[in-house]
Amino acid sequence: MSQTIATPPTVRLDSDVIGKPISRPEGPAKVSGAAKYAAEYNVPNLWYGYIVDSPIVKGKITKIDASAVLALPGVQQVFSHENVPSFAWFDRSYKDDVAPGGSPFRPLHEPEILFSQQPVALVVAETFELARYAASILRIEYAVDEDFNTDLDKARAAGKGFDAPKGKTGFLPPPKPKGDAEKAFQAAAHKIEGEYVHHAQHHNPMEMFATTVEWLGDGKKLKIYDKTQGAPNVQQYISKIFGLGKDEARVISKYTGGGFGSGLRPQHQVFLAVMASLELEHSVRVSLTRQQMFSLGHRPHTIQDVKLSSDDQGCLQSIEHNAFAETSQYENETETVVNWSGILYKSDNSKFAYELAKIDVDTPADMRAPGAATGSFAIESAIDELSYKAGVDPLEFRLLNYTYTDPTEDKPFSSKRLIDCYHEGAKRFGWDQRNPEPRSTREGNLLVGWGMGSGCWDASMQKAAAKASLSADGQLTVSSATNDQGAGTYVIMTQVAAQTLGLPIEQVKFNLGDTDFPVAPIQGGSWTAASVGSAVQAVCQEIGKKLLKLAQRMENSPLEGIDFEDVQFADGHIRANEDITRTVAIAEVLAASGEAKVEAESSAQPNPINTMKYSMHSHNAAFVEVKVDEDLGTIHVTRVVNAVAAGRILNPKTARSQVLGGTVWGISMALMEEAYLDNNLGRYMNHNYSEYHIPVNADIHKIDVIFVEEEDDLVNPLGVKGVGEIGMLGVAAAIANAVYHATGKRVRDLPLTIDKLL
Amino acid sequence: MNSFTLTQAAAVDEAVRDFAGHAGAAYLGGGTNLIDLMKENVSRPAHLTSLGHLPLSDITGLPDGGLRLGALATNADTAWHPEVEARYPLLSQTILAGATPQLRNMATNGGNLLQRTRCYYFYDLATPCNKREPGSGCSAIGGQNRVCGVLGTSASCIATHPSDLCVALAALEAVVRVQGPRGERTIKFADFHRLPGNQPELDNTLQPGELVTAIDLPAQGYAKNFTYLKLRDRASYAFALVSVAVGLEMDGNTIKTARFALGGVAHKPWRDPAAEKMLEGQTASPDLFRQVATKVFAEAKGYGVNSFKIELGKRAIVRALEQASEMDQAIDSNAFLNSNP
Repeated sequence: MSQTIATPPTVRLDSDVIGKPISRPEGPAKVSGAAKYAAEYNVPNLWYGYIVDSPIVKGKITKIDASAVLALPGVQQVFSHENVPSFAWFDRSYKDDVAPGGSPFRPLHEPEILFSQQPVALVVAETFELARYAASILRIEYAVDEDFNTDLDKARAAGKGFDAPKGKTGFLPPPKPKGDAEKAFQAAAHKIEGEYVHHAQHHNPMEMFATTVEWLGDGKKLKIYDKTQGAPNVQQYISKIFGLGKDEARVISKYTGGGFGSGLRPQHQVFLAVMASLELEHSVRVSLTRQQMFSLGHRPHTIQDVKLSSDDQGCLQSIEHNAFAETSQYENETETVVNWSGILYKSDNSKFAYELAKIDVDTPADMRAPGAATGSFAIESAIDELSYKAGVDPLEFRLLNYTYTDPTEDKPFSSKRLIDCYHEGAKRFGWDQRNPEPRSTREGNLLVGWGMGSGCWDASMQKAAAKASLSADGQLTVSSATNDQGAGTYVIMTQVAAQTLGLPIEQVKFNLGDTDFPVAPIQGGSWTAASVGSAVQAVCQEIGKKLLKLAQRMENSPLEGIDFEDVQFADGHIRANEDITRTVAIAEVLAASGEAKVEAESSAQPNPINTMKYSMHSHNAAFVEVKVDEDLGTIHVTRVVNAVAAGRILNPKTARSQVLGGTVWGISMALMEEAYLDNNLGRYMNHNYSEYHIPVNADIHKIDVIFVEEEDDLVNPLGVKGVGEIGMLGVAAAIANAVYHATGKRVRDLPLTIDKLL
Repeated sequence: MNSFTLTQAAAVDEAVRDFAGHAGAAYLGGGTNLIDLMKENVSRPAHLTSLGHLPLSDITGLPDGGLRLGALATNADTAWHPEVEARYPLLSQTILAGATPQLRNMATNGGNLLQRTRCYYFYDLATPCNKREPGSGCSAIGGQNRVCGVLGTSASCIATHPSDLCVALAALEAVVRVQGPRGERTIKFADFHRLPGNQPELDNTLQPGELVTAIDLPAQGYAKNFTYLKLRDRASYAFALVSVAVGLEMDGNTIKTARFALGGVAHKPWRDPAAEKMLEGQTASPDLFRQVATKVFAEAKGYGVNSFKIELGKRAIVRALEQASEMDQAIDSNAFLNSNP
């Protein structure tokens, strides 16, 4: 039975799959079109719902005349507040896992209009084309209320701000003040004061929101194919509203064509599709148009005031950071905006505030690095400004004010290798060649500027569960109801499972996106790798324990009497750590056991002592080069180095893609993104891919990604911090800083479009 | 989108007859704009006369040394045609500065002349727009008018014509050949598009049922001294905030003939013959170019958000004239950044 293997004790290294740049197993299905997205499940006898949305921003529907629509052959029903039955009564039934405080929007519930493009009716017909046409001739009359406001500046001037209330999971109120920031500011040698602004930005994932509900004809049983970042969140939302049991509302989301936060909360279309399906007792699909994608959440327009001061050496004397952000009339969307300034830099005197104002828009939503992208733009621009005032190189300035503990909570960091990001990033970029003088470098018509910025993001973990099954032929299947919005969940979970049980990666399959699987949190906050990864590791360890027991039952077992902690799983074998010649092949264990398969289910959650004792964050430093045509106002980001410290990198290929995407997003935020809001009409006007600008390939030049070494055994069992958000931080500020270095012109209002440089 | 009937015409006169025989008809070329407008319910034709099978895709030489561009030749085939590349590089460069390869493969030359404005309000049925619905009002005035015009605007409309190609055709003084129920005629390019006045629903001077069959280029292609400078919000797939097409005939450093047109600033490609005259017979110099630019925008009117286009337009003219007049001199190594196709 036992085999003698003349392999040195370092055998583990050869079989490591964690840390290798392994390609996504679902890649071929995605590029060949075999991967099905929510609107591509062509279930039999499908009807199509088309949403009619409000042309007005505020007021009331006075009349809906559906007679002409209902007379069209093939139109099945027109749903509106007039005929949608009352489902759950209370707000709490409409609250999803990540809902902010307030009263959630209920589609087709009341005649009141709360925001422009609000869904007001759903036309269901036998074909999509007919539903779309019918929707275009549906007559709806409104009583317009002219007393509305969508202008945040106006709300601010009118004193409509209020302290952002608690109520949303994960929201941290501003840190408590320290010392006397105002006094320190007055007395300081160098000081700056600036107002930093960005406007509403929309997520614009490639895949539009869609839901296909398959009516199974068995009581109220539904199979719901939804575009979401979290099937379990959709399931609990739908179940509570419609009073469905878990087995009656199965939510499936195998592939998600980008979410970036827009898919964290269940969106209108899933409510409407389920409602129509239940009412009509029929399969129904509702998909949104690109234009309608501008009515379900956006990064909130935020105005930030930052005051910083330093002594004559460049040591920070005070930090003041206030944010003023929009929310809707019905919910209080909150982000953690100002806290990052306090976490990144040490100062004896600091003061923070975060206010909201209600305007007549749909509730803003988390969008990639919510709050941090906002706050980091302001603080990292302000730090740059102060470094010039103090006559200290911007990198040097950051090193001078570096903190090894989290000043906002007076806790040590579980790990923080930001200093390596600074050094390695600067080296790769060639920062030491920088002429500190603004306007010092010219190439023909172009001014060249170098700038930098940095950022941090929470390294958090949520409770998650997974199940696993190892069959006699050695195939391991691991499943969890988590999501893959393109981040690489499929591949990293496959790697964690293969690594934990020492199996070849080809023998491991990971399933996700189905509420029949054990519960996992929504995919957000950069926590999937930590949360689901730890659950996958835990469940595979359970399988491992069972295998060890089975191995020890074998005749003359070489592993007799050894504890689980003292064995390793590698190369398809179980081995004793102390003596690797004591080994048995997993295949033999399974064969000898007579079991068809070995199964387990397990969950993982954060270590409460560690999370209490330590501040846990990922960090980055971005260095950029811009070329600016000063006469014409054009800016090109010709080079970026983005150095990231995010703990253990499970897969350098997909992690690099995440950081590349984040960097591109940072460029996009800096140079292009703004939803143009018409305050006369209370409506976003560039609601399409043509006029809401994000970069095209020609806008993106060289991007270098560095992952610095960072070991962290406190953050979670895998030592990972997640890379979904961190890559975009600091980038927008670095670009604005580089533009200043190039031109001597400081722009504090994003995006940095041509007109702002003229 | 509403239901419609469709006829596939095989000959020009058949297409013209088919159009006349159907109420609410529209001609369908490459469809890259009309289909979008139909999906948005901005255009609701009851009938489409499809032109795809008409023999209008050729690009052929003319007896006077000019070149005839078939109305159905695609933008891509036109841009990469050897005669166009060699003799009308301005046209080639201008086409390639527009849209995307996929769109250029579908879009036709005739259709390009007839594309509708990209003013946000024109596309959004929830908003008043005089061009879409005469008499409803102009939301762009006092609204989000980043893409709107500053020259030749009216109290009822400040929309711009979005084409790149047409800016070059204006500078090249092309002639548009059309056929309609009353036969054939030609229209000078400068007279093809119109200003909004109090009839912004009319983009051009075509009569009902008239079909563009070809665009004739004169022999002079300004192949030695030309430039197309397009300023936009990203490097590709964005309409011009301001663009300038320039063709110069130079004698040493002296400008013999000057033609230029602007895009992104008016309801039509903007020519200013008096400004062109200021250049002719003069020595190329930044001072002269600045005077010309000032003249072009002397009557300009900004509408708040888009007011920057006046200064940007002036700077763009200066830069474009510099680039065109200095073409035989050192080429800026970073020019790609601003002229990226």
